Amino acid sequence: MIDLDHNAGGQVRAEVAAALGEWLAEPHGNPSSPHALGRRARAAIDSARESVAALVGSDPAEVIFTSGATEANNQVVESSTGHVVTSVLEHPSLLRPLARFGPSRRVRSLRGDAFGRVSVAEALEALQPETGLVSITWASGEIGTLQPVAEIARAIRRERPAGVLLHSDAVQAVAWQEIGFADSALDLLTVSGHKIGAPTGAGALIVRADCQLAPLLYGGPQERGRRAGTPNVSGLVGFGVAAGLALREREKRRRLVARDIETIFEVLQSQAGPVQRLGPPNGLPNTLAIAFLGMRGDALQVALDLEGICVSTGPACAAGGAEPSPALVALGLDDEIIKAALRISLAEPLGQEQAVAVATQMATVVTRARRRAVAGRAA
Amino acid sequence: MKQMNPEEIRRRIAALVPADVLAAHVRRGRAAADGRVVVAMSGGVDSSVAAALACAAGCEVVGVSMRLAPDGGEAQGGCCSLEDFEDARRVADVLGFPHYVIDFRDAFRSSVVEPFVAAYLAGRTPNPCALCNRELKFDALWNFAETLGALALATGHYAGIRETEAGVPELRMAADPDKDQSYFLFELASEALSRTLFPLGALRKGDVREIAGRLLLPVAEKPESQDICFVGKEGYGALVERLAASDQVRSGVVVDEAGAVIGSHAGVHKFTIGQRRGLPGGSLEPRYVTEIDAGTGVVHCGPRAGLERKSVAVSRVTRQNTEDGGEDLQVRVRHRHPLVPCRIAGVDESGRLRIDFERPIIGVAPGQAAVWYRGDTVVGGGWIEGTFDG
Repeated sequence: MIDLDHNAGGQVRAEVAAALGEWLAEPHGNPSSPHALGRRARAAIDSARESVAALVGSDPAEVIFTSGATEANNQVVESSTGHVVTSVLEHPSLLRPLARFGPSRRVRSLRGDAFGRVSVAEALEALQPETGLVSITWASGEIGTLQPVAEIARAIRRERPAGVLLHSDAVQAVAWQEIGFADSALDLLTVSGHKIGAPTGAGALIVRADCQLAPLLYGGPQERGRRAGTPNVSGLVGFGVAAGLALREREKRRRLVARDIETIFEVLQSQAGPVQRLGPPNGLPNTLAIAFLGMRGDALQVALDLEGICVSTGPACAAGGAEPSPALVALGLDDEIIKAALRISLAEPLGQEQAVAVATQMATVVTRARRRAVAGRAA
Repeated sequence: MKQMNPEEIRRRIAALVPADVLAAHVRRGRAAADGRVVVAMSGGVDSSVAAALACAAGCEVVGVSMRLAPDGGEAQGGCCSLEDFEDARRVADVLGFPHYVIDFRDAFRSSVVEPFVAAYLAGRTPNPCALCNRELKFDALWNFAETLGALALATGHYAGIRETEAGVPELRMAADPDKDQSYFLFELASEALSRTLFPLGALRKGDVREIAGRLLLPVAEKPESQDICFVGKEGYGALVERLAASDQVRSGVVVDEAGAVIGSHAGVHKFTIGQRRGLPGGSLEPRYVTEIDAGTGVVHCGPRAGLERKSVAVSRVTRQNTEDGGEDLQVRVRHRHPLVPCRIAGVDESGRLRIDFERPIIGVAPGQAAVWYRGDTVVGGGWIEGTFDG
């Protein structure tokens, strides 16, 4: 099976699985307990905390562990008030909690350019006297658009020294981009483990020291009273290991994976065209959003799956099928393009040889499907 | 849940479905070659067992559930809800094949739901299941399946396909007359039948449940969905009112057989030919809807004798065999109506085919299908445009 759907949440990295295996084989207890078993767990979490902090460039004390990005984003909404400025490329885990407030939390979604990239000027222009939160996702996992989050945050902070919470969902970005939380003007940042090779169920909300956070969960005093509940220790152990690897390898992987993505696109274009590229030229290096014009994307996804290649069309819907990509819908692309859209995303570089081989295999499947579709229409 | 291989499936169902039945109904035609078969799965026991039989016959099965209901509609509707898709997936897990939910909402809305609403507003009684079969299952879904390299599409319909001596596939009634759905499939001519499988054709409903039980399928005890799949608790009248344009639902009068106005109504869409319910009361004999004139908004009613029709004019005819001589035919003008001997009388000046009945039929409604059989073979069918009492 070839996994070309990393952005959906990738497989657990081998090193992470190994570390996790070792961890689970050792006795440990509840990290809140003062005895030796508890201390062992506590130490493991501290280590993970340092690792995640290093990845995002924050102080370990600014890292609050959560069950994942959805929880973190919900907590951001809960901790803010007033008008919200955001982009059209936001994840439902930010938009749905906002929607629950109804008219009491108006949301201005900035369209940005053709790929949804928001400019500093646009963000500033959107500020209202009652704006309480500006949240812009660092990188869109669907089409790869990178937002100038650091610049936007700096500009807004200059304009509004107080009263506006600045947040970014960096879930898809951390493996490929330097975040530099401490030096930024951001108050809050969301990260997630299963997008960097850790098991699902572990994420973090990075919170600047002076930022007041509203709890989502009430109960025990964990995370310095900011997030109740016994932590997912094994998940966090995995998260920590994955974060360390991601930081070490980021520079090198970024270059190599970008090259592989270009190679894949070239092969597809020459062997299975026409194919339209849907993402911006300088987006996430591991993400390739495309449309094989005239074909149903979901049909190709199934055809590829039956040949052992896993790609995505859009987020999974409640029915278990695929929804049209919300990003493409938000950007106002043609219906035909949205129906034809596919996304390829890599966890790591494949190497040029593998990239060519995989793309060639994909091209064969697409060409065959195309031929059959044409034959069917002609019949 | 333990996964089963084809060998295991065959073993468990051998007493109910011997190998020759599998060969005749599943590994026939193009599907006889080793290859991919897409099975349309609603999440009900019928399509689940159809999939099981395809596995047993050694096909490479790909299960597809069609997403038809609009957003949120899954919660209200009869069939194909989120739970139904989950059921289909679990069945696929047990039987060991991949299952996908694919979005056909746009096609369903434009090809089935909108014509349904338009028909009722025009005073006709629609037949959405036959439309869905023609436009969705055996067209849109087939195109999808073909893109995947499928050799055939299988469904859980109770119907049969048998090849003539010349090798041309013909549509037939199912072995279970109570469940037979050939009436809804009349628009599938030989080209479509050549790449279609009805694995349940030789089985009775009781057998199908028994098979599901022996295979430990999670849907073995699942109740049938009654009613039209996209008409949920709101009822079809409310659905039509909801989807119609504001000026399309008009009130009108109800007149009796003498032409006297006996009451009023809130819309012709609430009536179908032969209906008793919803008519103004107060006559000695029961009254039935005999005619609906959407143009004037007049609903005609009268005694039962007024419902008798001797002939229909049909259009958009599908003939299974264009050279058929037309002897020994019987016609069905509504699902589950009895078959009545008939004669094909020829084409009228509007280009419609006239079918004359040997005895009068009660409750013939424009908008329905007329399907004529010879024995248990479907010979042809068409859409009822006009009905005649002489």
